Amino acid sequence: MAVPCAVVGLGQTKYSRRRDDVSLDGLVREAALRALEDAGADFSHLDAIVIGKAPDALEGVMMPELSLCDALGAIGKPIYRVHTAGSVGASTAVSAATLVESGLFNTVLTVGYEKQAEGNATWTLSGGRSGGQGAGGTFAPWMRSYIQQSGAPDYIGWMVAVKDRLNALKNPYAHLQIDDISIEKVKDSAMLWEPIRFLESCPSSDGAAAMVLTNEEGARKSARPAAWVISHAKRTEFSQFPGRDPVRPQAGVECSKALYKKAGITNPRKQIDAAELYVPFSWYEPMWLEGHDIAEIGEGWKMTDEGATEIGGDFPVNPSGGVLSSNPIGASGMIRCLEAANQVRGTAGEYQVEGAKTAVGHAYGGAAQYFAMWLVASEMNPDFS
Amino acid sequence: MAIDAPIDVAIVATSQTPSYRHFDDTEVALIMDCVNDVITQVGMDRHDIDFTIAGSCDYLSGMPFAFVQNIDAVGAWPPVYENHVEMDAAWALNEAWIRLQHGDIKTVLVSGSGKSSPGRPREVFHLQTDPYYSAPLGLDSVSAAGIQARALIDSGKASEEDFAKVVSRSRRDALHNPNAQVAADKTVDELLAEPYFSEPLRRHDLPPISDGAAAMIISTADVANDLCDSPVWIRGIDHRMESHFLGLRDLTDSPSTRIAAENLGIHDSPIDVAELCVNYSPEEVILQNALGLPEGCLVNPSGGPLAGHPVMATGLVRVIEAAKRIAAGHAQRGLAHASSGACLQQNLLCVLEGGDV
Repeated sequence: MAVPCAVVGLGQTKYSRRRDDVSLDGLVREAALRALEDAGADFSHLDAIVIGKAPDALEGVMMPELSLCDALGAIGKPIYRVHTAGSVGASTAVSAATLVESGLFNTVLTVGYEKQAEGNATWTLSGGRSGGQGAGGTFAPWMRSYIQQSGAPDYIGWMVAVKDRLNALKNPYAHLQIDDISIEKVKDSAMLWEPIRFLESCPSSDGAAAMVLTNEEGARKSARPAAWVISHAKRTEFSQFPGRDPVRPQAGVECSKALYKKAGITNPRKQIDAAELYVPFSWYEPMWLEGHDIAEIGEGWKMTDEGATEIGGDFPVNPSGGVLSSNPIGASGMIRCLEAANQVRGTAGEYQVEGAKTAVGHAYGGAAQYFAMWLVASEMNPDFS
Repeated sequence: MAIDAPIDVAIVATSQTPSYRHFDDTEVALIMDCVNDVITQVGMDRHDIDFTIAGSCDYLSGMPFAFVQNIDAVGAWPPVYENHVEMDAAWALNEAWIRLQHGDIKTVLVSGSGKSSPGRPREVFHLQTDPYYSAPLGLDSVSAAGIQARALIDSGKASEEDFAKVVSRSRRDALHNPNAQVAADKTVDELLAEPYFSEPLRRHDLPPISDGAAAMIISTADVANDLCDSPVWIRGIDHRMESHFLGLRDLTDSPSTRIAAENLGIHDSPIDVAELCVNYSPEEVILQNALGLPEGCLVNPSGGPLAGHPVMATGLVRVIEAAKRIAAGHAQRGLAHASSGACLQQNLLCVLEGGDV
C-alpha cells in the first residue's frame, strides 16, 4: 500500500519575460528556498530532489541536474530529472509523490523551471528547426476542429483570455499583468495562428516552482496546512496515426478516468472545487473540460460562457491566471499542481476559491499526447459520497 | 544498513543491442528490437505491461523532443502509463523499482537508448558544464577525465600502468562479449607503447563512440517466477550526487559511491561480480577504492563501457550484464554501477541477487 503523500511547502519565483537578475542556479534556488521556508524545513531535511524541465535546448544546458545540484542542496543526495515535454512539470510532481508514496523517502523537494529568455523558445518548440510553426501552429488546427465540432461562438476564446488575465491581476507571481484587459482588447490583438490571437496565447516566461512533499509524520510536524495527494495519473499516446482524435485525445480521457477512479470521484464537476488546467491557448479551456470528462462532449464552452469557470463560478478553472498568464514551460505543469495544492490549503490569497477542499492540477505536452494530473484535497481521506 | 524495501522486485527479462560505431537506422529501431525481445521473453502482451519508463537524451540527436519518437518503439496505443528521464536508463530503472513499492502494479518496462555517432561526443558532453563559469572555458569531457587521471597519478594512488591494466583486462574480456564494439588481446606494455591522446590518457583509456539500446522488464515477486525461470532480485538501488565544480571535489575519490554502497549494505555479504560504469580507465581505480570490493570479485567481465558505450543505456547495460551472470548461475550476488556527469559526478549502485526471493 502506498504511503500517503502531503504537500507542505510551496515556492514560486516571480514569472517574467526575462529574469536576468538571476542565473539558472539562482532561479531554481529562489523557488526551492521559498518552498522550504513555507514548509518550515531546510535542505538538510530532504531525502531526495526531483527536477523537471522541457528540452535542454531551451537554455542550451545538457542534463542540467549536473550543474544545478549545488544550488539545490543535492550534494550527497539522490537527484534526478524528468522530461515529458510540456507535461513535464506535472510529471515531475507525480514522480516526486511516487518517491514519498513508496515509503523509501520521507521528504522530497521537487522543482520545475524554465529560463526561456536564455534561448529561442519557438525554435526549440519547433523541434530545433528554424522557421518552424511553434506550439501554436501545432495546436491551431485542433482548436479550429473543436470550434467546428462544438459550434462554439468565437467569443469563447476571448472570454477565457480575459478571465485568466483578470485572475492573474490577483496573483503577484503572474507574468502578465494587463490592467485594462477586455474582450475588445483581445479581439483586436493580432492574429497569430487562426483562431488564436496574440492575447489568446501564453507568454514566454522565465521562472521556477518548487514543492516540498512529505509523509504523514512530516505533515504533522509542518506548521502550515497540508494538501494531500489523493491520486495521480499519467497517460501517453503516439503523436499521430490514422484515427487519432487530437481534439479530445484518448490518453487525456483515460488519464482523468484513472485519476477520478483512484480518488473515488464519480462526478468531477460537482466533487472537484477548483482546477488548474494547462491552457496555453484560450480554446484549450473548453477542450480540456470535455477532454477530461468535466463537461459533456460539445458542452465545455457553455461552462466558460456561463461563467462557471470564473472564481466564484461552480467550477473555477485557473484561478491563479494559468499558463495564459505565466509560461516557463518546464515549470508550467508544476505550477498547476502547486496552485491546486495552494487552493485546498486555503493559502491562495486574493485568488482563493472559497471553501476549496479538492482541486486538480493538470498538464499536457508533445502533440497533445502526454498527460499528467494530480488530485489534492485538504483531508487525507476525503469523502466524496 | 541495507535498504528495507517493502516489496521484492525481480529482473525477469533483459535485452541489449550490440554497441555499434554507427547504426544506420533510427534510435527507434534500436529500441524496438530490445522491447520486442523482452516482451517475447516473458510471453506477455505489451498491453499488459503496467508502466513504462525510458532514459534518453535529446542532445545526442541534436533535436529537442527527440525522446517523443522513442515511444513508437514501446507502443502507446491504446494509451500507456509512462514516464521518461533525461538521463541514463539506470535512473529510469530506479524510478521503476520505487514505483513497484506502491503495490498496485506488477510489471515495468525500462528502456534506454542513445546514438552518439551523429555528433561529436567530446563537444556535446561539454554542454553539461555550467553555462556561466565552466562552459566558456571549453572544458570537454575527455580533458576533464584527463585532469582526474592526472590527479590520481599526482596523489600516488595510481599510475599509467594501472590504467593500462584496466584496459588490457576489459578489452580482453570483451572478446567473449558478442555485444562489444572494441575487443582486443593486448598486453599492458603494448598499450603503454601507444601515443597519448590527451595526456596522461591514451586513446584506449577512452570509451568508444557507440550507438545502442537496452531494455528490461522488472516485476513484483508474486509474478516473477511465472514470467521467467531465474528471476534476479533487486535488493536495492541508491544514487548520490557530488558537486558540479571540479575544484570543490577530491577527484581521486568517489564519496557519493561510498554513501550509496553504505546505504545498500554492499559489504554485508560478498559480491561476486561488479559491472562498473568505467567510461575512462582511471575511473575503475577510483571506484574500486570507494567500493572496497572483495578479492575474487569479477569486475566488468563484459568488458564494460571501455568495450561499448551506448550512452544513456550504458548504465542499464551494467545492470543487465550483472543480472545475466547471476541468472546463468555464474554469480550469486552482484553489483551494478552507473554514472553521470564529468569525473564520476553522479553515481548509482544496484545490488542484485539470485536464488529465492
